[in-house]
Amino acid sequence: MDDLLAARSQMAISLMFHILFAIAGMAMPVLMVVSEALWLRTGRALYLDLTRRWAKGTAILFAVGAVSGTVLSFELGLLWPKFMEHAGAIIGMPFSLEGFAFFTEAIFLGIYLYGWDRVPPRAHWWAGVVVAVSGGLSAVFVVTANAWMNTPAGFDLVDGQITNIDPVAAMLSPAALPEALHMLLAAYAAVGFAVAGIHAFVLLRHPGDPFHRAALAIALLLGGPAALLQPVSGDLLAQMVADTQPAKLAAMEGQFETETGAPLRIGGLPDPARGVTRWAIEVPYGLSLLAHHDPQATIVGLNDIPRENWPNPVIVHLSFQIMVACGTAMALLALVAGFLAGRRRGMVLPRWLLRSLVLASPLGVLALEAGWFVTELGRQPWIIQGVMRTRDALTPMPGLTLPLVTITLVYMALGVIVIVLLRRHVISTVPSEVPV
Amino acid sequence: MDALVVTAALVIVAALNLYAVSGGADYGGGVWDLFARGPRAERQRELIAHAIGPIWEANHVWLILAIVVLFTGFPPAYARITTILHVPLFLMLLGIVARGAAFSFRSYGSPRGETQRSWGRVFAVSSLVTPLLLGMILGAIAAGTVPAEPRSTAVFLTSWWGLFPLSVGLYALVMFAFLAAVYLTVEAEDEDLREDFRRRALGSGILLGVLAAAVLAVAGLRVPEILDDLTRTPWSWGLHALTAAAALGTLFALWRRHAPWARIGAVLQVSLIIWGWAFSQYPHLIKPDLALADAAAPPITLKLLLGALAAGVVLLVPSFVYLFRVFGKVRKP
Repeated sequence: MDDLLAARSQMAISLMFHILFAIAGMAMPVLMVVSEALWLRTGRALYLDLTRRWAKGTAILFAVGAVSGTVLSFELGLLWPKFMEHAGAIIGMPFSLEGFAFFTEAIFLGIYLYGWDRVPPRAHWWAGVVVAVSGGLSAVFVVTANAWMNTPAGFDLVDGQITNIDPVAAMLSPAALPEALHMLLAAYAAVGFAVAGIHAFVLLRHPGDPFHRAALAIALLLGGPAALLQPVSGDLLAQMVADTQPAKLAAMEGQFETETGAPLRIGGLPDPARGVTRWAIEVPYGLSLLAHHDPQATIVGLNDIPRENWPNPVIVHLSFQIMVACGTAMALLALVAGFLAGRRRGMVLPRWLLRSLVLASPLGVLALEAGWFVTELGRQPWIIQGVMRTRDALTPMPGLTLPLVTITLVYMALGVIVIVLLRRHVISTVPSEVPV
Repeated sequence: MDALVVTAALVIVAALNLYAVSGGADYGGGVWDLFARGPRAERQRELIAHAIGPIWEANHVWLILAIVVLFTGFPPAYARITTILHVPLFLMLLGIVARGAAFSFRSYGSPRGETQRSWGRVFAVSSLVTPLLLGMILGAIAAGTVPAEPRSTAVFLTSWWGLFPLSVGLYALVMFAFLAAVYLTVEAEDEDLREDFRRRALGSGILLGVLAAAVLAVAGLRVPEILDDLTRTPWSWGLHALTAAAALGTLFALWRRHAPWARIGAVLQVSLIIWGWAFSQYPHLIKPDLALADAAAPPITLKLLLGALAAGVVLLVPSFVYLFRVFGKVRKP
């Protein structure tokens, strides 16, 4: 395999793997804190049991997240030393802030997981709150670094040399706020729906079991609103992309010709050789409306962008379609579940809803991964949009296929083991064992 | 030299120091897990697991902090190290992943099953390999075998695979094992276990002294410049004298069964070793040609970085104090 492709694949696999554990570290503490608050308020043992069970799952996920995150902090240099040599001074700030957020998270998670009978109940709950907040902050900081790669700011480029650095302006690049918002909501929606699906699965076998009902309700309370808000943050992000990364937008939408009043393409397959996107459902003026809130806005097509600056429109468009489809399904399901929960308080949930929740369980994670495919592959061939090409950042180290294969095998093995352990600890419960 | 640059470099050394005396000892715990022997082998392992459990992830962040300050404050140095030392860094990462994952899986695996035993072995072996590689990487940076550009493919191996880096790796490994044994001597609550770890602490402490001599001997053969760097100023001699005094004091405290004093002595000893190495490197970040000043990021970056670190420390110190107060003593089994 070509070393550039190997390095990109290794980075992709490391990020795809890490983000699963990162979102668990962000969202699981929120679930635990809600459940523990209910226990403190009502004194019902099932909430305590639920909190502890979720905490066990989180402990496993957090450990894997901590080490896979360490891998990334080194891989930035192992694979892209030229990028770090130039970008380190500009975007090191958010990484150091993330370091502290992660520190705080690790310290208080240690207290939370191991301190059940060592700190007073209220202090224990507050430790959970600190974990949840610092987990969210970690994500925001890391995403601002990525945002800078998409919309680089805070420096001057003089004769190809980066000068006049302003790390604060770099942190507050145009993509920072919309990307961070989109990521936070994605994490809460993905984990909320994943957890809801797991407990819905058990409820199908043990209808009305109070333990799993409570778990399902809390998970949906987090995942549902996040899924409903996500289209709004997506709209913000899309406008930002339209303004700053026309090639990415064109690839996302399969837009080859520059067009005024461009349609929104749902589905379809871009054919870069012919310069058309086939089999798409076209909503007239849709893209111009969404991208610029103006039906007559002009959208630049790929044909007006030099070929060597194209991202891969097939993968980017398909990833974008997958993300939007999953997100839409989740938002609709959240609406339906919310409506039913409002009307049928305390009643047994209909089986079709439970089944839909089981089916929707992986959608959030799928949307999240697909969304990152859009962000990262949509930026290619640049590692820093318009400033540095990915291939120019590559390490001179030969034989990069070997670490790629190694890390892939290691992560696959870890993934399987984590699933087995989670099954044992969180999912398989005999309802009668749990006091109500 | 610019005070900002020096401060940023001091932060990296401080982070490495804190990583060594906290995270390093967690690796050392893994080493003693591997060498758990005798009638109390299982209880030794339990004590180690209890001691590491709540804190290893927080301890581990010191390494991440050192790396982040390195790539923010000294980007060319980070790029050079990660380029030339790709292979040992990647292997060390595998060790970090295996150690952390296996420890967590063992804690949450089926109790006392065969799988749990296998995770224990993965945890222990990776605890042995990771510090060895970390030491080899630092040894290579000190030895001046990490060039700015890879002139040939061979440099990806020859830069770190040699007698000197290997001796530093062994030294780091024994240092971490020694620290862990001293800590566990303090944390053990019953007499027999405490004696087990006290003997291990004494043994590894003496071995550490022997290895120190061996590392210096190897340096004399392979990289004599290091000996010059280590003895350049009268200050260096004072530092080495203090290190030796701390080492002897620690051994004496262990001998007289003053475990808490031994812990203070061991932390002091290890810290002095790390600072001694750091001062011998000064003013270089990578020997022999990358000076701190040449690798440093622009002043604005360093200012913001140090400001963020100062703010972070204000948050971090009380958090750590709280953590260690909560888990200061290991729970009775």
